[in-house]
Amino acid sequence: MTIEPAQEGSGRVEDRADGDGAAMNRFKDAEHLFRVALVFAAGALAFVVVRAILVPKSFGEYGHYRGTAIAEIAAQPVVFAGHESCETCHPEVPAVKNKGKHAKVNCEACHGALAKHAEDPGTVEPAKLETAVLCVKCHSKNGAKPEGFPQVDAKEHSAGLACDTCHKPHSPVIGAGGKP
Amino acid sequence: MNMSRRQVLLLLPAAAVAWESILAGTPEASPNYKLTEHWWGMLVDISKCIGCGNCVRACATENNVPEGYFRTWVERYHVSDFNQAEPVVDSPDGGKEGFPPMLEEGGKNFFVPKMCNHCADSPCTQVCPVGATFISPDGVVLVDKQYCIGCRYCIQACPYGCRFLNPKTETAEKCTLCYHRITKGLTTACCEACPTGARQLADLKNPSDPIHEFLRTHAVQVLKPHMATGAKLYYNGLDGSVR
Amino acid sequence: MPVQGYMYPNEVELAWSILIVLYPFLTGLVAGAFILASLERVFRVEAVKPTYRLALLTALAFLLVAPLPLQLHLGHPERSFEMYLTPHRSSAMAMFGFVYLWYLMAVLVLEIWLDYRRDIVRLSQSAKGIPRLIYRALTLGSTNISENALRIDERASYIITVIGIPSAFLLHGYVGFIFGSVKANPWWSSPTMPVVFLFSAMVSGIAAVLLLYMFTSRVRGQAVDMNCVDTIARYLFYAFLIDFGLEMLDLVHRIYEADESFRSLDFMVHTRLYLSQVVIQIYIGTLVPIGLLALTQLLRLAEKVRKRIYAVAGALTLVGIFAMRWNVVIGGQLFSKSFLGYTTYKVGFITREGLLTASVLTLLPFPILWALVKLLPPWAEHEFMPEAGAAPAQGGD
Repeated sequence: MTIEPAQEGSGRVEDRADGDGAAMNRFKDAEHLFRVALVFAAGALAFVVVRAILVPKSFGEYGHYRGTAIAEIAAQPVVFAGHESCETCHPEVPAVKNKGKHAKVNCEACHGALAKHAEDPGTVEPAKLETAVLCVKCHSKNGAKPEGFPQVDAKEHSAGLACDTCHKPHSPVIGAGGKP
Repeated sequence: MNMSRRQVLLLLPAAAVAWESILAGTPEASPNYKLTEHWWGMLVDISKCIGCGNCVRACATENNVPEGYFRTWVERYHVSDFNQAEPVVDSPDGGKEGFPPMLEEGGKNFFVPKMCNHCADSPCTQVCPVGATFISPDGVVLVDKQYCIGCRYCIQACPYGCRFLNPKTETAEKCTLCYHRITKGLTTACCEACPTGARQLADLKNPSDPIHEFLRTHAVQVLKPHMATGAKLYYNGLDGSVR
Repeated sequence: MPVQGYMYPNEVELAWSILIVLYPFLTGLVAGAFILASLERVFRVEAVKPTYRLALLTALAFLLVAPLPLQLHLGHPERSFEMYLTPHRSSAMAMFGFVYLWYLMAVLVLEIWLDYRRDIVRLSQSAKGIPRLIYRALTLGSTNISENALRIDERASYIITVIGIPSAFLLHGYVGFIFGSVKANPWWSSPTMPVVFLFSAMVSGIAAVLLLYMFTSRVRGQAVDMNCVDTIARYLFYAFLIDFGLEMLDLVHRIYEADESFRSLDFMVHTRLYLSQVVIQIYIGTLVPIGLLALTQLLRLAEKVRKRIYAVAGALTLVGIFAMRWNVVIGGQLFSKSFLGYTTYKVGFITREGLLTASVLTLLPFPILWALVKLLPPWAEHEFMPEAGAAPAQGGD
């Protein structure tokens, strides 16, 4: 479908021969290109319209994202109540705990997540804890633990006795006293 | 101690009102929180971590993290004094249930808690093609799960391996720095559950936050500083062998 | 042994599957086929003319399939349009949608339409039934195929090809950039990645068109134009040399620099990636075809021998380039970013991102190409011999 250069040349001569008519002819011969351009323009227009409709309203509020996403993420329910909530109702525990070795251990570190209990203390009861299982989570011997952190080989250390026989969890030093 | 909720309300009005807003879970319910007044980060003190896995469990509970994926995890390093460059690392189930006794003898051994670094120049948000992950005005890298297309480019882009595709929602997921908690004045679940204070939430915009005093007085390091991600997860006592 | 050493726990499962391997492979064929087609148009390489239209249709068939593996891979394909709504300017991936659309519509479809317009107009008058309606729609209501109109088409088509070449470079260089710009991944992060992707694309596209041309000629019982295949094979040889040179440059650079990732990557190449990288990609997929093609350049071989060599070299080339995509995409995820461990990729069979899906997607361009060839015959005899009884439209030649 190549077109001979000679033809091309002669075509141009013809075009130049009569001014307006040639321009009109040239437009006619390129008409299909305008049709394509029209199809593309329609596509582009449709894109602009659809885009305007579909982009979420809050997009770009703070940056290139949905601004409302921040609030949606912040709306996730809380599962750990936080020790401040615990202490509002149980002030007697920090009174003992804060004087002992476990002062910086928060309530839910041992008792587990209790937002549900904080919300409805009457019906949701915290689970009873088993010191034999609980204490070793932190205090079992491991070569990678920082030196000076109290760690024991449980079998050897207690001979099967529950930890709270000697150590009271809220103030674990033997003889330190306090509520179990 | 048996108390009904009504009694709590009667006894401790201020605390109860705060609690109401916490449970309501809407940002309007924490009206005092201003996005522009915070710039969140976290401090991890390697010398305090005992590898108990409390943080990993707390994170999974608080955020309903799917089994086998981790928003935070704990690694155990064994660095031989004869081969600093090749540490032996393990993290059974992300350290969720703690660690078995060490197999290696001698050397240097320690735990390294890991999580999203909430980078100021985060490579993960840079590559998101649609704007579904972003750093919030208060410095937390978040994922919009209503908008994420699940292409996983962000997972590839994170140098720290902190992201995964949630198999249920089929969207990218990561640590939110417990955004739903910190915007209500609570600390993160991992910090709340950490028994030794090895993790400390830090508000870098708050001049009275103890982080500033700590950063001034300690040799603090971030992970992979050559990545220039602007990481805001600061480590105290981080060994050079950690990657 | 799924995991060896230590991986960050979220790294054990690969984020990008075989479908993401397929995607650069398919777009590579598109870009390569188009660049081959443009040789005739822009650089006046008359010898490759018999493959011009076939190359264009091949490019179109593969380009239509290229986004499907991506769609199937997405967690939420129904949200993929967001890439058009809110493209993130800093994301290498975000512009993909636009580059793709630009290449598909503004370059390939337009070029094919202009090139076939005379045939379309004629067929819209000679065809019957549904094809007639299709051809009529394709004329866009203009049946002007006068000498002047065709000359204008020729001009426009030339301009589009000139724009098309950088577009083809962009399309595939861009795919390379998607990987090359991930600084977290030392296996990918390299400025040579877009260039390597581009040349491997040209290699695979040229090889694919070479094979398709020889295959279709045989099926149609036509003699293969030896001048044409010799020329294509020569281009394949040179493009392959450049591609291989670039890959070796990257390799030598990595070995010599031996940065923090080197030990880990080196171990991976010698173990988990040995078969796919060293044996399949480098030996079978690169050195053997380059050697075979070199023989045809150096020795005077009989036609029959040359044809056989081209077929073997072309097929091995495609295997090699596919292995290259595999080694980039999958290899880049087998090692830990802690450089302390390695994971394994398990391909499912009948799963969303399994082997069956991948095979169907690899074969899908062929029925599409078949349909395109039926609709718009690319063969020379159709071009030069107007069908009997087909009344030329106004001013026809």
